[in-house]
Amino acid sequence: MQLAMHVHHLLYVAAGTTNTLHITSLGALTYGLAAIGPGVGIGLIFGNTIQAIARQPEAAGRVTGLMWIGFALTESLALIGIAVPFFIK
Amino acid sequence: MSDVFAAEAVKNCTPSASHIFSGCGYPAPSISDFYFTPLFKVGSVGFGKPGLLFLLSIIIVIGFFWLAFRSPKLVPRGMQNVGELGILFVRDQILRPQLGKRGDKWLPFLCSLFFFIWVNNIFGIIPILYFPAMSKYGYPVALAAIVWVIYMGLGMKHQGAFGYFKNMAVPQGAPWWILPLLVPIELFSNILVRPFTLSVRLFANMLAGHVLLLVFTVATWYLLTLSIGALFAATSFVLVILLTGLEVLIQALQAFIFTILTATYISGAYETAH
Repeated sequence: MQLAMHVHHLLYVAAGTTNTLHITSLGALTYGLAAIGPGVGIGLIFGNTIQAIARQPEAAGRVTGLMWIGFALTESLALIGIAVPFFIK
Repeated sequence: MSDVFAAEAVKNCTPSASHIFSGCGYPAPSISDFYFTPLFKVGSVGFGKPGLLFLLSIIIVIGFFWLAFRSPKLVPRGMQNVGELGILFVRDQILRPQLGKRGDKWLPFLCSLFFFIWVNNIFGIIPILYFPAMSKYGYPVALAAIVWVIYMGLGMKHQGAFGYFKNMAVPQGAPWWILPLLVPIELFSNILVRPFTLSVRLFANMLAGHVLLLVFTVATWYLLTLSIGALFAATSFVLVILLTGLEVLIQALQAFIFTILTATYISGAYETAH
């Protein structure tokens, strides 16, 4: 309960005023949340690509090609997260 | 807090006059820093600093390659060395791994795309200019639209209009019962999400990088007083230098990613399996 009140207070401080919570600061907060998943995903993609190339260097060309497709798909989630707050008024 | 706001109301708190302990708040950079007063207007369309930088980048890229290859020699000298280094980088790191030898006719396009985006991004850290033109959303959108038209058109040319959409929507080896879920997702992803993310990735990285540099540059000036603030200002200034180094990396990386994804999409248009 104490923690919830702290978070609540922080939200209002982030909004810059004491009694209204602006949608823009909420957008910044939710973008932070939206970036968690793609952050983990992109880390996994590049990490596993490095591992795959280290195990089988001759497959590097094909593996990096697939890596870029996977990277684009995963990062699209984070990029949609950037755009969505602009559409909510 | 109230006395600070009262002081702000009395004093003339312009960003350049604001300093710590003077009663003026930190003039935080915002999205309004990306809007310039246009030099002239054609109808409702203004032409300002971003447009000027955009034209400058065109002149720089064309000028550089014209200088490098105006009289190409078998044994390259001077500028031609640098130009060949750039072209070979695009060919061996971007084009060949994705498209193979058959894609060599796309080398001029990918090469101009890479150097054009890179030069535009580098403007973000060049003194006096200090503005990455790609942080205005219209420019990446135009580039992504060109790429979209190319890979859609190429796909329809090589696989047929119907075959292209069929191959796009139905990945090889997918069981039939997953298709109702898969077909809309694949179509949505390939037709709408691809150009959207291609442009937003470049735009958002340049915008965020520019804001990051602005925050610490403005903070350096804001903290610069004959007090403990000078120490904070020095720290902030060191951060500006370090972040400029980071920006150099990100600017090159974003140009690279944009070009390599373009090559990937073009290669997907050639092949049925993706």
